[in-house]
Amino acid sequence: MNVAFVGASKGMGRALARRMAERGDRLFLLGRDTADLQRSAADLANLGATGEVGVAACDLGDRSTFASALQAARAGLGDVDTIVVTAGAFAQQDALEDDADTLDRLLTVNFTNTIHFCEAARKLLLERGGGRLCVFSSVAGERGRKPVILYGASKAGLSFYLEGLDHKFHDQGLQVITVKPGFVKTGMTAGMDPPPFAGEPDQVAGDVLRAIDRGTPVVYSPSIWRWIMLVIRNLPRLVMRKINF
Amino acid sequence: MSKPGTTKPAARWQPRVVAGKRAAAASGPTTEMTGWGSYPVVRGRELRSENLEAITRGAVLTRGLARAYGDASLPPPGEHTVAASPLADRLLSFDRSTGRVRVEAGFPLMRLNRLSLPRGWFTPVTPGTHFVTVGGMVASDIHGKNHHVAGCFGEHVTALKMRVAEGSVIECGDGDHELFRATLGGMGLTGHILEVEFQMSRVPTPWIWEESEQLDCFEKVLERLEEAGRDWPFTVCWSDFLVTGERAGRALLNKGRWATAEEAPAGEPKWRSAPTLPFYLPSWALQTWMMRIGNWLNYSYHGPAVRRHITHPETFFYPLDVIREWNRVYGRRGFTQHQAVLPAPHTHRRHEQYLRLLHDNRAKVFLSVVKDCGEEGKGMISFPKRGVSYALDIPIDNDTQKIVDRLNDFVVAEGGRIYLAKDAFTRPEHFRAMDPRLEKWNELRRRWDPDCRLRSALSVRVLGDPA
Repeated sequence: MNVAFVGASKGMGRALARRMAERGDRLFLLGRDTADLQRSAADLANLGATGEVGVAACDLGDRSTFASALQAARAGLGDVDTIVVTAGAFAQQDALEDDADTLDRLLTVNFTNTIHFCEAARKLLLERGGGRLCVFSSVAGERGRKPVILYGASKAGLSFYLEGLDHKFHDQGLQVITVKPGFVKTGMTAGMDPPPFAGEPDQVAGDVLRAIDRGTPVVYSPSIWRWIMLVIRNLPRLVMRKINF
Repeated sequence: MSKPGTTKPAARWQPRVVAGKRAAAASGPTTEMTGWGSYPVVRGRELRSENLEAITRGAVLTRGLARAYGDASLPPPGEHTVAASPLADRLLSFDRSTGRVRVEAGFPLMRLNRLSLPRGWFTPVTPGTHFVTVGGMVASDIHGKNHHVAGCFGEHVTALKMRVAEGSVIECGDGDHELFRATLGGMGLTGHILEVEFQMSRVPTPWIWEESEQLDCFEKVLERLEEAGRDWPFTVCWSDFLVTGERAGRALLNKGRWATAEEAPAGEPKWRSAPTLPFYLPSWALQTWMMRIGNWLNYSYHGPAVRRHITHPETFFYPLDVIREWNRVYGRRGFTQHQAVLPAPHTHRRHEQYLRLLHDNRAKVFLSVVKDCGEEGKGMISFPKRGVSYALDIPIDNDTQKIVDRLNDFVVAEGGRIYLAKDAFTRPEHFRAMDPRLEKWNELRRRWDPDCRLRSALSVRVLGDPA
């Protein structure tokens, strides 16, 4: 695969990029801090990524960077057949309620700008006759829940968009893979008490890579979250008002 | 000594929309923290991030995979937060022609081994577990079965990137740099280790040729260890310290070397995943009589004949890693390891005295490993020196402090010293008496850290740092 990757330097993105490198995929890294990306590029090249692992600046907080970033990836890889977006923003519900600027940035990064990026990405993939677009959403977007109302809302919107993208462009060769991780122990969730069934980044990476290879439209990881969310989605409102999950 | 030039501070880390989150991590709820021995227990929290350089700013200590047995990776009293390195785990360079490697401090040894062995390289020195970080290997200046030929890990380290106490990030290299030597075995107290560059060893195949034999009395242990060390790069003795009488200290001697291409099986070793012991057993679950039977079985099962065979490298180097969290068999009360080196010339009489001391104090030594050490290395306060090392696993009970005190009296009298990475009970007066090098190391530490910012529970307990 020739993969343009947003978010490969941290957390689940790092684990997924490593799995790709280990099997010899070609990678091009997009992110905010190019110096840090260079270090991840070295890591991935040492693990076995084919060819040079290129990097270019791309900030999900600034959509003017998207076109040039995707252009750089296409120039670096020759042909981009897979685009992965694992980057996103996170903040605790309290922090988002207390600070409108923080909330604004979170909604912009996770929803508005990720969609802008995906629009550019799917156009690039459709131009070449199709490809895979794998985007990390979250189980938080499955139902309005007290601890993640605002973060969940941003991810719910994103999941909705990705679903529509799949419906509209699947026949034209675009495979959209929506990843819905449950609680995963990463730097993003450090400092929070992990609930039961918390996953490890490498476990998620394995699940996601399989889904990308097979073109599975929606993947929950760890997989038990599919069933947990099935229950949560079907709980009566009266119960949801009472519980703090 | 003049301070080396500092490199330009790294660009300030900008967390993405995490207002309140970092602060929350630094002041949020604490959990129980322990080392591998489950004792002592303190309240603390880990600051975890891929960006180790950012989270070490202002931190008192960096913690790796917390495999130090006692309190070396725990925050000092009054502090709760330590930086944690495991997410900083990138392989920054690996020159396959020269074997020179550079990694971030949280890079785990298991990944290094699994990556390098198929390419014909292996870590020059490995401890008895692969669940350690390379940063931790430097901080403890770990040694292994090949200490008599390869020395400590620090002998193979060529450069370190560190954040020193006053906040700047420096690169210090091998050579005449005192801070570098003080950091090898410096228990993370001379600066936060951010990156490590070191030299790997070439191996002919990824398989081990192993030979093992029974030694039916302790006299043979010392003789055969020394003899074996002349021909074999890896030697170690598992010894039975629970049995008494004529058979006291009987042992199995394991010797190993890398298999040649002719001896090695076709194909590469398969990497196995290890099941986890999911909960702590009750503290009474492991009884001395069970360990006596276990030791007898282990010894007898081997039989008197010399065994020779090809072994999986992970089975050879990391026999206990087949079960993750095996420390939980000792229960929540935990265990400690007393590892001491008694300097050469080592005599049968002294060995016997040591065994008697354990016996007289009714020390329950459930596992004991005897190994000869080579010369003292570069590390300013590293543990090994020429002599014989005894590593004794002892379940914690009301007598543990007394037993460790008696053992340390003996170690001091014999001119030996203990390994801080395993320790939870040594008193400061004992440690000072064991290590005359401490004064110079302390002096250097004070020069780099006059306000004594970098501390751990261990440094407060053993080195007299302010709480």
